[in-house]
Amino acid sequence: MTILETVGRTPLLPIFEGNKGTRIFAKAEFFNPSGSVKDRAVKGMLDDAIKSGKLTKEKIILDATSGNTGIAYAMFGAALGYKVALCLPANASKERKRLLKIYQAEIIPTSPLESSDGALLKARQLYNENPEKYYYPDQYNNNENWKAHYNNTAAEIWEQTNQKITHFVAGMGTSGTFTGTARRLKEFNPSIKTIPMQPESPLHGLEGMKHMASTILPGFYDPTLFDGQINVSTEEAKKMTRKLAEETGLFVGVSSGANVLAAVKLAEKLSPNEIIVTILCDNGHRYLSDELWD
Amino acid sequence: MTSSNSQLVTIQLPTALRTFTDGLSEVKVEAATVEESLNKLTELYVDLKRHLFDDDGKLRSFVNIFLNDENIRTENGIVTKIKSGDVIMLIPAIAGGVVIE
Repeated sequence: MTILETVGRTPLLPIFEGNKGTRIFAKAEFFNPSGSVKDRAVKGMLDDAIKSGKLTKEKIILDATSGNTGIAYAMFGAALGYKVALCLPANASKERKRLLKIYQAEIIPTSPLESSDGALLKARQLYNENPEKYYYPDQYNNNENWKAHYNNTAAEIWEQTNQKITHFVAGMGTSGTFTGTARRLKEFNPSIKTIPMQPESPLHGLEGMKHMASTILPGFYDPTLFDGQINVSTEEAKKMTRKLAEETGLFVGVSSGANVLAAVKLAEKLSPNEIIVTILCDNGHRYLSDELWD
Repeated sequence: MTSSNSQLVTIQLPTALRTFTDGLSEVKVEAATVEESLNKLTELYVDLKRHLFDDDGKLRSFVNIFLNDENIRTENGIVTKIKSGDVIMLIPAIAGGVVIE
């Protein structure tokens, strides 16, 4: 058994009960081996690449990441014996950079002014200059990313809610989690509403989340799955993140706080007995240096 | 108002904010302190203001300001004086990240 086989089958935890009896549950994705939801997409992409022969031992796994995907690549690369190189905005946190180095990944820093789009363009450029050297999964355009959630995350939620889920809410980075989960849930039951969370401003501190209106759109981004949209500010997401630690014992990152806040906002508009599910993307240890905890 | 000891400073903007500066990646202003330069910037591009400052006029917690590669939050803050030719970078603090390597 390898560490990759421990990915998924995460617990679904009750978070809050809305004042009208609406219940909010969250998939605790920090239970994945590298500590984030990104393990699912990375496992999917690497399994496919190894099976199809696209990834061989001579090649270096190269991709752009704002952190969590990179940590998953680095951990799995170390487990399976592949070298990993990651284009990462230079303003990523110290904890992330340190973790990547512990797993022996090479960090290629990109302009902090250009955020994840700068990293994406750099990865694309490096690959195009030297396609023999690298295997470039391209998490923003690789269908194995959303399929990991279509085949697993959605099926787990369906089963764990005894087929009673009525609403799914989640933010988007590559949009893989949202797209795959929403698409499958709607196949299970077309009346399930799937609603994306979006940062309120193009400049935000919701780690890993993209403000879609101002960034490069992922190839599998699919707005036909959207039943509305919930906007969240970084400040209110941080408040919710602290509240989760203080009142529920869940020490998670700010993007998880933003997802839960979006679920709470949605619950205010719903009738009793509806069941909302959201995603806890990663745990708070990765952000201990953030002023949020001061 | 421009102070008597104003200096010419370049403010570099993240891609996320360039829709508010007609696509410009940098803007030059004359100012004596970092605070004054940001005020000048948001006077020139009014829509930028709510993205950089909260309702109380405080710089948003996830916006880091680098003056010639030094994070002013860890130095003298927004009142830091500037010299002619200085470069200010506005950088979103994703997950508290601050170190430019």
